[in-house]
Amino acid sequence: MKPAPFTYHDPRSVTEAVTLLAEKENARLLAGGQSLMPMMNFRYAMPDHLIDLNHVSELSYIRAENGALKIGAMTRQRDIEFSEVIRENCPLLQAALAHVGHRQTRNRGTLGGSLCHQDPSAELVNVAALFNATMHVVSQRGARDLPYADFAVGYMTTALEADEMLASITLKTSNKTNTYAFAEFARRHGDFAIVACSALLTMNARGEIAEASLALSGLSHAPVRPAAIEQALRGHKPDPETFKAAAAEAEKLEANADAYVTAAYRKHLARVLTYRALEQAAARAVENAHV
Amino acid sequence: MSDTRKLSITVNGTTHNATVETRMTLVDFLRHELLLTGTHVGCEHGVCGACTVLVKGVSVRACLMLAVQCHGATVHTVESLAQGEPQGKLNVLQQAFQDHHGLQCGFCTPGMLMTLTEFLRDHPDPSEAEVREALSGNLCRCTGYQGIVDAALAAARKMREEVDESK
Ligand code: FES
Ligand code: FES
Repeated sequence: MKPAPFTYHDPRSVTEAVTLLAEKENARLLAGGQSLMPMMNFRYAMPDHLIDLNHVSELSYIRAENGALKIGAMTRQRDIEFSEVIRENCPLLQAALAHVGHRQTRNRGTLGGSLCHQDPSAELVNVAALFNATMHVVSQRGARDLPYADFAVGYMTTALEADEMLASITLKTSNKTNTYAFAEFARRHGDFAIVACSALLTMNARGEIAEASLALSGLSHAPVRPAAIEQALRGHKPDPETFKAAAAEAEKLEANADAYVTAAYRKHLARVLTYRALEQAAARAVENAHV
Repeated sequence: MSDTRKLSITVNGTTHNATVETRMTLVDFLRHELLLTGTHVGCEHGVCGACTVLVKGVSVRACLMLAVQCHGATVHTVESLAQGEPQGKLNVLQQAFQDHHGLQCGFCTPGMLMTLTEFLRDHPDPSEAEVREALSGNLCRCTGYQGIVDAALAAARKMREEVDESK
């Protein structure tokens, strides 16, 4: 239950960090440490070089620019939780964060750390999928952007090459008429969700759903955006009939079983949580209309 | 050769200079090097909260931080709570734990106290639900939590009264 020996590095800049990453064999990046440290304590992870990013201050920021929200990878979950800029531009992120771990883990845990760990049930991973976030990746070779859909390539696996790191992400949050909800079921508060569903709705002047986005996580190796369900919601009144139809389709999504939870139960949760998320998002739309 | 670093760290007001193996966790450093065994280690993987301490005033799991990461930092452990010599007088929160049966075996208590120290500082007038949410990252296998929640609410009340009196 103690980490195996490693050589510790604490770079002060992204340039220094990516140089180390390119040069050192079997290196791991340490962000908030809320996943990697347990893995090292268990010796699931035994890096020879540990590159601690906690002193790279240029990786920690929250900026709203041109209808988008740009967040540095080392921004702590705590800072997102309490950020005014986030409250204004993407309150859904804060609703999701309320389910992430506990105060002590959010104090250290980072956005980028969670996204690179890529646990399929992680709430932040779900939000990245919902917005199909742009992932800004850097390495000594240069920089590239990729959509979240291409970033998540498998179970806890990202498209990052060994010498690359996530520097920041961008969420397009321009549409102020969006109303949102985040619903999940976990065994205990703060646990990873068994299944979670997030929803974004845009209403038109007739009070119908103009645009809908849904992300369901926990069903399989990565969150899913059910395009057919999203499309079917368009042009419908946000009423129980509509939600029920969408929820019934969500139950048909593919789901995995594991030692604790059957596929059938995950599908059941997909149905219930889709309904809940849509209902809550629609209720928020009504609330907003009265403000 | 093991990888070591020089470390300067201020724990409960005292600055320590040490050379540590870089793989040493903060909680092991506090317990084994500084002999501050008040901070407990339960799970060593970030689940139980027994190792909670304050680093730069915010609660963290000391089993998930390396000691080297605290170079130059201020750390507070459960030993910082009781005031005065030689045994120290229990502070308001500790006294409330004693009064409300907030502990049985006491294993989880240091973590509970440090979590609540931060929480009550930031939320002087919490509801019961807020206290329970704040404690969600600290496991107790004895008390069933009721006594701990009662203690936290009583301590909050007492601390508010003290603030009012000093006005
Ligand atoms: S010992 Fe650190 S959380 Fe359990
Ligand atoms: S008092 Fe025994 S674990 Fe909490």
